[in-house]
Amino acid sequence: MSEKFDVIVVGAGPSGNAAAYTAAKAGLSVLQIERGEYPGSKNVQGAILYANALEQIIPDFRDDAPLERHIIEQRMWVLDDESFVGTHFRSDDYNKPPYNRYTIIRAQFDKWFSSKVKEAGALVICETTVECLLMDGDQVVGVRCDRQGGEVFADVVILADGVNSTLARKAGFHGEIQAGNVALAVKEILFMPQETIEARFNVKDEEGVVIEMFGKITDGLMGTGFLYTNKDSITLGVGCMLSDFKANPNRSSPYTMLEKMKAHPSIAPMIAGGEMKEYCAHLIPEGGFHAVPKVFGNGWMIVGDSGGFVNAVHREGSNLAMTTGRLAAETAIAAKAAGKGFKAKQLAGYKSALDESFVMKDLHKYRDMPSVFHDNSQFFTTYPELVNRAARTMLTVDGIDKKTKEKEIFSSFRKSRSLAGLAGDAFKLWRAFR
Amino acid sequence: MSTVVNVEEKLFQNRYKVDHGRPHIKIRQPDLCRNECKSQSCTYVCPAACYKAEGNGAVTLITDGCLECGSCRIICTELSNVEWEYPRGGHGILFKFG
Repeated sequence: MSEKFDVIVVGAGPSGNAAAYTAAKAGLSVLQIERGEYPGSKNVQGAILYANALEQIIPDFRDDAPLERHIIEQRMWVLDDESFVGTHFRSDDYNKPPYNRYTIIRAQFDKWFSSKVKEAGALVICETTVECLLMDGDQVVGVRCDRQGGEVFADVVILADGVNSTLARKAGFHGEIQAGNVALAVKEILFMPQETIEARFNVKDEEGVVIEMFGKITDGLMGTGFLYTNKDSITLGVGCMLSDFKANPNRSSPYTMLEKMKAHPSIAPMIAGGEMKEYCAHLIPEGGFHAVPKVFGNGWMIVGDSGGFVNAVHREGSNLAMTTGRLAAETAIAAKAAGKGFKAKQLAGYKSALDESFVMKDLHKYRDMPSVFHDNSQFFTTYPELVNRAARTMLTVDGIDKKTKEKEIFSSFRKSRSLAGLAGDAFKLWRAFR
Repeated sequence: MSTVVNVEEKLFQNRYKVDHGRPHIKIRQPDLCRNECKSQSCTYVCPAACYKAEGNGAVTLITDGCLECGSCRIICTELSNVEWEYPRGGHGILFKFG
């Protein structure tokens, strides 16, 4: 006789932990299965933690969660080969607790979150890979693990198994992921003394800075780079759409792009002397609204990256993951209370809750963004160069009058893009952002 | 591309528990890579350089440094020649920081 639980959660990232915690806290019997040696050992993120989504699950998380720095300054850089044009937003408002966002180190954070899941009463099993879902007709009734006698049963299985969405694909709930709907990102963590970080980034104590970048660092592909300050380390990464990596005539490897980024004259001084202690790669589901698959059915729900819940425009993912995990668990709790079974009909509340939340509202708002950027690579190639050239022309004092410089800038834009092209690009952006 | 990057040096910093003799990714039919695949894009897209283009036109795969991202499977959709599973529980990459 195999064991049966109310809920099985596959995966112990932010979405899985949010789901397992919420369900266990409400008194459901929960089994959570994680393939890593410990929760977090398979998980990769930049990483920024947005406080709000976690506050709704664990209001006092700040008491003991491993947080690196709270962000008081956000920089956006547009780069060409030698320079960058940027905006910086820094506010003392971000220095007043409770803080809005933090840098975190996922291996530590996920371990902490998992300890809360265990405290809430869930059974957490690590070093166990779920091979497939167990079906009774069209109803998911459990999972098969790679342990001996590894069949376990539950009323509901919550799939928090990450961007590759292996289990839902194997079960035929959706097809293979499209290369145009995921970004491949690589990053390194570089350690250096706390004082060095504080001096280089003009911060003190636990204040932090994030820099989001795009332009030449992605080799003309659609993509972005980032630099996040942790307590005594810097995380530096770069990512592009997987389809673009594949089609790139330069055949650049992600690690080559990362090395070129590290050597950029505006970036190299910030990371100088850093000791590299880990190199990671991960896919980010960036297909947005149109790429979200069917997320519930008979006895199953999909949460987090596995369901494509990432707002690529705002670089938000873990908050969507936690929110979807919580909403799926709340749906399971309600279904259990209603006592009418766990067919798709009883789990449909999950989709309505998603639609009502910021998750689907934000994804819907930016539904056309992925294709606008994808079909218009000038946003990542031509414009960064033009903007940098314009700034250089205007700010270089060389005896040429400003009117002539303005003409030169205008004609450099006209040479690269027609007037109609410029206007069209502005319109496309406006339409996708509005 | 003139920049030569030694990815092995990067991977050397990572922690792995290799499941010896049980690779979690396999090339289904090596002949397809050699004869049918013109781009062999796995040989430059894989962030851990697990796939190598050999001089004789073949593609070889060693999964020891795999970061388990899934890219190789997704980009091989035309030929679907990558058999991709996660490693057995507890094996593969073990991120210290993630």
